[in-house]
Amino acid sequence: MPYVSFILGRLVKAALVLLAIVVLNFFLIHMAPGDPAAVMAGEAGATDQQFLDDLRERFGLDQPLPVQLWRYVSGVATLDFGYSYRQQMPVLELILDRLPATLLLTGTAFVISLALGVSAGVLAAMRAKHPSGSLIMVVALLFYATPLYWVAMMAVLVFSVLLGWLPAYGYSTVGADYQGLAHVGDVALHLILPATTLGLFFMAVYTRMTRASMLNAGQQDFVKTARAKGLAPGVIQRRHVLRNAVLPIITLAGLQAGQMVGGAVLTETVFAWPGIGRLMYEALMQRDYNLLLGIFFFCALLVIVFNMLTDLIYRLADPRIKEAR
Amino acid sequence: MSVFVSLPGRLAATALALCISAAVHAQSAPQSGGVINVAIQPEPPGLMIGLVQNAPTQRISGNIYEGLLRYDAQLQPMPQLASAWEISDDGLTYTFHLREGVQWHDGEPFSADDVVFSTDVFMRETNPRSRAILDHVASIEAPDANTVVFTLKQPFPAFIQAFEVGTLPMVPRHVYADTDFYDNPANNTPIGTGPFKFARWDRGSVIELVKNEDYYEAGKPYLDRIYWHVIPDAASRAAAFENGTLQVMPAGSVENFDLARLEALDGSCMTEAGNEYFNPFAMLWLNNREGPTADKRFRQAVMYALDREFVRNVLWNGLGKVPNGPFSSTLAAHDADLEQYDYDPDKARELLEEMGYDGAPVRLLPLPYGETWTRWAEAVRQNLEDVGIRVTTESTDVAGWNQKISDWSYDIAFTYLFQYGDPSLGIARTYVSSNIAKGSPWNNVEGYANPEVDALFARAAVENDEAARLADFAEVQRILREDVPLAWLLEMGQPTLYRCNVHDLITTGIGLNDGFKNAWIER
Repeated sequence: MPYVSFILGRLVKAALVLLAIVVLNFFLIHMAPGDPAAVMAGEAGATDQQFLDDLRERFGLDQPLPVQLWRYVSGVATLDFGYSYRQQMPVLELILDRLPATLLLTGTAFVISLALGVSAGVLAAMRAKHPSGSLIMVVALLFYATPLYWVAMMAVLVFSVLLGWLPAYGYSTVGADYQGLAHVGDVALHLILPATTLGLFFMAVYTRMTRASMLNAGQQDFVKTARAKGLAPGVIQRRHVLRNAVLPIITLAGLQAGQMVGGAVLTETVFAWPGIGRLMYEALMQRDYNLLLGIFFFCALLVIVFNMLTDLIYRLADPRIKEAR
Repeated sequence: MSVFVSLPGRLAATALALCISAAVHAQSAPQSGGVINVAIQPEPPGLMIGLVQNAPTQRISGNIYEGLLRYDAQLQPMPQLASAWEISDDGLTYTFHLREGVQWHDGEPFSADDVVFSTDVFMRETNPRSRAILDHVASIEAPDANTVVFTLKQPFPAFIQAFEVGTLPMVPRHVYADTDFYDNPANNTPIGTGPFKFARWDRGSVIELVKNEDYYEAGKPYLDRIYWHVIPDAASRAAAFENGTLQVMPAGSVENFDLARLEALDGSCMTEAGNEYFNPFAMLWLNNREGPTADKRFRQAVMYALDREFVRNVLWNGLGKVPNGPFSSTLAAHDADLEQYDYDPDKARELLEEMGYDGAPVRLLPLPYGETWTRWAEAVRQNLEDVGIRVTTESTDVAGWNQKISDWSYDIAFTYLFQYGDPSLGIARTYVSSNIAKGSPWNNVEGYANPEVDALFARAAVENDEAARLADFAEVQRILREDVPLAWLLEMGQPTLYRCNVHDLITTGIGLNDGFKNAWIER
């Protein structure tokens, strides 16, 4: 029962947060200079007042802002996210079309970063006074400090242009029309460079977080007790130190997972990965209000969902949190 | 001195000549088949060229849709959907005879009714540039299925330059008549008469066109398929050309500083051909209404302060041409004798001193179109500051740039404009006072008003006598050169990079926008 009321309470809060985000974003976007009609007129290379008026009437931009907001919010309440002015397609259709590619990229990068980062962090903590521990941290710092964009370009240059091992860009081989497993293999091949590049960046964060957290937990009295009891070092690290050090890692993982939809603009741009990040950037540049608001909505929704999941996992990972409430 | 060649020698020479001739012939005879991969950036919002007019749409859709005419490198009209045409002596009646046996991609026949619908209904409603041209037209009629007659209100010699696919594309009447043009499902599966048909669009990735097997020109197109690759990053596009994935890189696909490296690759070629019709002309809007830029001497000082040759040689890698005035050199009306504004910082300082410039800062608005334009803005700023003009750069994105220009909220701003083959179509709009109106970044946004210039452009627009027309344009150029309503920077080079085994890629003055119907791959 406490779980149910906890979840219900969170859902109500989530709905309010979402509404606030929609309203706030709506006004923020409209504060930016230019509107979609002006952009489209600009692209047309010529315009007159009739052209602008027609576009604004078609997009509903001739209405007062509160009316536009009301129309938008009531649309979203029925899952109608409107029509993309520029792409001439329903917003929901556009987002759902791009979502799988983004989730595949960021999901794979998430797994890579979490698995490699935590493993490297544990290793670095266990060898804190050993040169190999320092080496791990230097490598991690290198990936974290180097701009993602540059790493991506170098990866393309080395593995695609010079060695020719991996495709330079895209989601699949254009014109190959692979089916079944061949298609899966083709996509996987295209995924290697972008997912690894993105994963290595986040890996460094996990490595540092895990190491610091492990070293901190390793100083606690219960670890000394475990040592005094004669437990094997591996068992102490796994059962006592890592379990106590895991909370900050869960927090970080929750934050990263929440940003999976919109957080890979650069990677998607360099590797021409047809995802949401690029769609969002283009929508921003074109002042495609409906599309941008739709993407923001999904980004916010995912952040909220993963925050809720993180809270639930906290409780599973550390019973003290449950008791504290 | 006579030259003697023995019989065996002559035979050998003849055989050699035949071999060479055969080899040349083999090289020049188009081969059918093959797939071509082309870069496109940014991704077009749509492919229905009657509704969407931005550059990437025009570049792709010229393969799907067609106009009545094309234009060669000298801007002379060539047949396309019209096989012949006549212009009456009084310049009021344009009669087009259409090709017979042309079909839309859905199998319906193309006819004069489609031409009347496209020009008199569709384009009048949807496109402001076409609308302005069609304002000169009193009636459009189809006396029979293969003839269309345009009757003008008064002579408008530039009219014959307005029939390329981007300006007046032919759209299918049977698909669009009595529908909401913007919501028509065919917008996502465009239907034209062109050499290639729309096949597929994976948004964010690729647009695929396939050969139109029923195309009216026998044997064409030669290619089986065109893939347009959407790659948002310039360096990634360069890498894709380098590793052979892409065979054609239209102008603007890579930054200028990367061109020389890519051109030097084995099997890589580059051409500036196909630039003649649009001939984008880079310039600086100078706000003629207020501030220092309202003073003619200040504007002249700007012209003397700019080292335009440096920009052409360094930032544009030697591509393009420094203009001597407001008309680009590819136009028949261009006055080659117009005196050039040479780089002369001392002269600029003199003019500023003469006007009593007090050091008031001017706002410079760069064009947010990538690294070359950013560097160009830096070069202009440096030139202006060298002669004592205080400059504050105001950076913004494309939407912000549109807004600021449309609202006249700038002092100096970068832009570039197409010429469209005739001063009445592409140049007058920038200088005539009747075209001053807030809300557009493409009209007379500098606010220049000179009744003499207005009168000359108006008279030249309807002047049917070619010599008299050229004389009016020459006079306009002389006045504009003196008044400097805006600063003319560069006739921009538009290099197309391609693999050398791709032949006949560009065969008209419209360039890649004219489509790939003549292109073929040597294997």
